[in-house]
Amino acid sequence: MLLAVLSGFLLAIVAPALHRISGRYIGWVLAILPASLTVYFASLIPDVRANGSLVLEYAWMPGLDISLNFLVDGLSLVFALLISGIGTFILIYAGAYLAGHKYLARFFVIMLSFMASMLGLVLSDNLITLFVFWELTSITSYMLIGFNHEDMEARKCALQGLFVTVAGGLALMAGLVLLAIMSGSYSLSEILASDMALHEHAFYTAAVICILAGTFTKSAQVPFHFWLPNAMAAPTPVSAFLHSATMVKAGIYLMARLNPSLGEGELWSQALMLFGAATMFTGAYLAFSSTGIKKVLAYSTIMALGTLTILIGVGTELALTAFICFLVAHSLYKGALFMIAGALDHETGTKDISRMGGLRKSMPATAVIACLAALSLAGLPPVFGFIAKELLLESLLEAPFWSVGLTVAAVASAVLIVGVAGLVAIKPFFGSTANTPKTPHEAPFGMLVGPGVLSLIALLFGLAPFLPEGALLQTAVGSVNGSPVETHLALWHGVNVPLVLSMGSLALGLSLLAGWRRIQPTLYAINTSGARFGPEAGYFRLMEGITIVAAWQTRVLQNGVLGLYLLLLVAVTFGLTGYTLLTKQGITLALDLTDSHFYEWGIALLLLAAAVFASATHSRLGSVASMGVLGFGVALTFILFSAPDLGITQLLVETLTVILLVLVLFKLPEFVNLSSPFERYRDLAVAAFAGIVMTLLILASLDVQYFETISSYYVENSGPLGHGRNIVNVILVDFRALDTLGEIFVLSLAALGVLSMIKLKAEDQHKP
Amino acid sequence: MKSNTLILHTAALFIMPLQLMFSVFLLFRGHDEPGGGFIGGLVAAGAFVLYAFAFGSEATRRILRVAPRDLLAAGLLFAIVSTIPAFLSGQPMLTAHWWELPLPGENYLKLSTPLIFDIGVYATVLGTIMTFVINLMESDE
Amino acid sequence: MESLMAYVVGILFAAAIYMMLRRSIVKLVIGLMILSNAANLLIFVVSGMTRGAPPLLPEGADAPLGIVADPLPQALILTAIVIAFGVLAFAVVLIRRAYEVVGTDDLDQMKDTDT
Repeated sequence: MLLAVLSGFLLAIVAPALHRISGRYIGWVLAILPASLTVYFASLIPDVRANGSLVLEYAWMPGLDISLNFLVDGLSLVFALLISGIGTFILIYAGAYLAGHKYLARFFVIMLSFMASMLGLVLSDNLITLFVFWELTSITSYMLIGFNHEDMEARKCALQGLFVTVAGGLALMAGLVLLAIMSGSYSLSEILASDMALHEHAFYTAAVICILAGTFTKSAQVPFHFWLPNAMAAPTPVSAFLHSATMVKAGIYLMARLNPSLGEGELWSQALMLFGAATMFTGAYLAFSSTGIKKVLAYSTIMALGTLTILIGVGTELALTAFICFLVAHSLYKGALFMIAGALDHETGTKDISRMGGLRKSMPATAVIACLAALSLAGLPPVFGFIAKELLLESLLEAPFWSVGLTVAAVASAVLIVGVAGLVAIKPFFGSTANTPKTPHEAPFGMLVGPGVLSLIALLFGLAPFLPEGALLQTAVGSVNGSPVETHLALWHGVNVPLVLSMGSLALGLSLLAGWRRIQPTLYAINTSGARFGPEAGYFRLMEGITIVAAWQTRVLQNGVLGLYLLLLVAVTFGLTGYTLLTKQGITLALDLTDSHFYEWGIALLLLAAAVFASATHSRLGSVASMGVLGFGVALTFILFSAPDLGITQLLVETLTVILLVLVLFKLPEFVNLSSPFERYRDLAVAAFAGIVMTLLILASLDVQYFETISSYYVENSGPLGHGRNIVNVILVDFRALDTLGEIFVLSLAALGVLSMIKLKAEDQHKP
Repeated sequence: MKSNTLILHTAALFIMPLQLMFSVFLLFRGHDEPGGGFIGGLVAAGAFVLYAFAFGSEATRRILRVAPRDLLAAGLLFAIVSTIPAFLSGQPMLTAHWWELPLPGENYLKLSTPLIFDIGVYATVLGTIMTFVINLMESDE
Repeated sequence: MESLMAYVVGILFAAAIYMMLRRSIVKLVIGLMILSNAANLLIFVVSGMTRGAPPLLPEGADAPLGIVADPLPQALILTAIVIAFGVLAFAVVLIRRAYEVVGTDDLDQMKDTDT
């Protein structure tokens, strides 16, 4: 299992090399991995069906209670199968769609990394690992949206997607930590297994709000939906994979995953139903009023994400069954439709639906697949989408509360979505032939196999719903519900209320479609003028505000005057130190003059005189000379007080320092007084204050010892263990040799720094 | 920068070998008496700096034989090499190892990883200071 | 002696900080040098000052004969002295380079060089 998750990352590393070898068949070659992963996950089905769930453990950072545990149950397996299965076809498709692109290898690297992160996300058992994978998907998504990085618009959209999802990710992190505090465990399987009443916990509201902030941003719920259509700047395989079938469902996954634990609170279900319904209707409406084929699909994805959120919120067994069915159906048809959209774009050279028409003659296979997928989108028999939609309506009708409102919203959305399905499948392919920028040809095989197989699977599942149901869906519904559920999927339920609603919406939708060419411009105009007040405008205002605040604080704090920085640092550091000293330790002013010899007094006075003269003099030479005096005074102190090694070192360094200063410093101008008297007195006051604090600190520390010193160990063991009689040297090269090693590396770096600064100058002079 | 004083020339020629010998002496006795790699390296650097002031940077480069930068690298290499015995025997990094090589007569040569390490420190210190001084002098010419 | 040195170290720190706050870049370097001396002395003083008992073992003995000076701060200061020299050399060359490029030794004039 560890290998299954990580294999995507591993393959990503070698993908560029493979690309060089396999050339134009790179898509097919890489698709072997997700295909075999699909088989592997499918082979886990019997085990999961028998046992409910598997937990596979790999310790990672045991000290921090972070482990690479994997939780395999019905829900995660459904997602894993969707990711690897659809991933297989996406890779094949991308190989054809981006054939000859100069960054093709880079594309596959990011795409495979994304796939691995997504698998890690849905299979993680540990909350922290889940979060890490969650952020990895955000980052890879960012890189994929901005894949055409020469395009400024793409970069902007990528950044927007990143900001929105990562801001949500931060909230999610807080939410997950709260959840772990509430339940006492970072393991999902343990949280799900415990029967604690989390919704009575004091943190419940905060945790739910934080987690939902994360899942809503990721899954593009209103009011965070605006980043998803903009993410369509990505190449179409990315849109098909990340922004319809997988990544945007990560939020849905997490809500479904936590539903058994958090779903008992009213806040949870009401928030989900409310935001879900708003998202569903907004998405359907915006889809119908757009013209770009990818935007249409993006908005219809938002509608689907809203629907899924509602169904988790309703939370009845029927609703959860509808949830799983709708999830699978949507991934199948939306992945297919995006690939069709890419094929249309690729072959006709335009993304604008209103400029396409009559393409069935030149692209017959594409047309058939598109119609099949659109049947699912519209929720018509005999495909799997129909079953899902019937279940959806039925469960909303039987919802414990807000049933009427939800049903109305769902039917209204259904009407619009029928129209959207028509836009995607009927408008481009039927009617009179329109002139397109490129003369359309049938799409290459690699671009058709994916949507074709996905649509056929949807058809198969529709005709024989017992196949997926028996295999996995029932188990999956059980894991969202928290306890096993009996499901009954069938294509034909007889004439009932949902069927009537379906048929009604179909009729209305088709009539809307007929008038699309007339109403669309009006709707579009309304949307554009309304956008000024929408959440996206808010996002831009927020970004501008951040820039303004950043510029302001840079002007105030980072003003570039080194003296002020230092002044502030010194004042704050010594102020706080002094305060702590005063309150914790008290002040002593002991000055014992009796324990010093007269020559020691002499040295002390020498040091003082040198320091004061060096700071007061106006002569550079005098300053440097007094530095020499100071250094030799310090060396003398070391020698007098039993530190011969220090004394020698200090003397030698002092000599070399003077040489260095002679070599360099005298190339610089003479001292002049640059600052005003006020600045000098201010600096003097701060410096004096710092000096006083240091003195008090030393005086206070002379009387206390908080820890036992480790020096005695070195003194005792220098002979027996270190085989040396100079204890200082034994410490340097044996006991604490690692410190010394670090030190000589620092020294080397300083030397290299000096070397490069001097050499750089030499190069500068060559090119004036 | 180059001095033309006869006294400095003569002094440098005579003092330098003594200083270098003394620096090696300090390096090897450092484990038992005051001295060691840092001090030895500084003394050696002092010797070469004296020579550089007397005869110029070009002559100093010649007498050093290797570029100061390579001296630096060699020093780091020595220090790293001294970690290998501990690594091979699976002990924590830089654990000391001691060997006693018998010499003719009653004497033994004490050889150890700390000594190799100290030689590395010596070479690094010397290399660092010579990099500073020689390059600075050359940039003035 | 420690209490006397405490006042000396305090004044060294004050002098160092005063010099580092000057606008002239050469004074900044002088301040840096005083500061490193002050810091070394600080460690030396705080760990206690012992007269005439260097941390050396007598020939053939495995333990010192009496109380010796604390070797650990000495090892720390020894590395600190050499590091301070390296840092000083780097700073001095950097300053000379900056002076050559910017043409002034006034730190307040250098504040816009990164734009």
